[in-house]
Amino acid sequence: MSHDHAHHEHGHHDDHHHGSEISPVEARVRALESLLTEKGYVDPAALDALIELYETKVGPHAGARVVARAWVDPAYRARLLGDATPAIAELGIGGRGGEHMVVVENTPEIHNLVVCTLCSCYPWPVLGLPPIWYKAPPYRARAVIDPRGVLADFGVTLPETTRITVWDSTAETRYMVLPMRPAQTEGFSEEALAALVTRDSMIGTGLPKGIPTTPLEMPV
Amino acid sequence: MTDPSPTNFAAPWEAQVFALVVSLREAGLFTWSEWADRLGRQIRPADGPERTADYGAWLTTLEAILAERGVAGPESVAARTEAFLRAAEATPHGQPIRLENDPLYRP
Repeated sequence: MSHDHAHHEHGHHDDHHHGSEISPVEARVRALESLLTEKGYVDPAALDALIELYETKVGPHAGARVVARAWVDPAYRARLLGDATPAIAELGIGGRGGEHMVVVENTPEIHNLVVCTLCSCYPWPVLGLPPIWYKAPPYRARAVIDPRGVLADFGVTLPETTRITVWDSTAETRYMVLPMRPAQTEGFSEEALAALVTRDSMIGTGLPKGIPTTPLEMPV
Repeated sequence: MTDPSPTNFAAPWEAQVFALVVSLREAGLFTWSEWADRLGRQIRPADGPERTADYGAWLTTLEAILAERGVAGPESVAARTEAFLRAAEATPHGQPIRLENDPLYRP
């Protein structure tokens, strides 16, 4: 409490409770923005536009479109695995944080897992911004040392014969996983397929949403 | 997971920090490689365990770079932070918090 409120006696000046409250961290961020705006380094309107873009538009639904296209179009899949950045740009997806993307394909023999051991590098245009666990020390360290244990924590158990390959994303090269297409999805539209693709399945810590194996197993 | 409305930020200040860093990178103040390198060092303090590369770490990293480049030093950031805290306290609830609301504000 600052000294200029020290004279307030309890019960006498309850009007000061009607002020706004911001946390110290909010105040620090506002301070930086205001200083940087004054010095001409940033433009508040451009900052607002950026925030709106990342709050409403950029997210894993973009990556899901890429995956679904690769599942239905073998030529696209080949282009995606050959040189991901232009193949992803074909769908109108790209930009900052995705200047150089690499897509790695899961198969029955190989499961891919993506981490950034240094900090939190992540392919923003296809996946949005990373979840908190991706940025935390346990995942950063354990993904490399014990990927099978990490997958188990995420509820993913792979056959013992499936090898796990771990890819370390950097600021220059950011990886995305092309998961395996679930069985029994023949005839699904691209849109229906995209709805099966989870964010975690494109990081490698999850699998696409399951398809009931027979109609009898569907909930009544 | 593939919900069309992304949930990229846990709080508005996180989005602000993100936008500041992206804008300054685009203004050429640093490259993404430099940023990742600085952030990587920031979350590995010599005197403690590794930290999460969250937006709090982004903020501290950004402050360090701005100080080092002579863009905004710790004193001016601290003074402006105090001004915003005073301005908030003087702003009726629900109204935008402007620096001008700081009782000590001088244009």
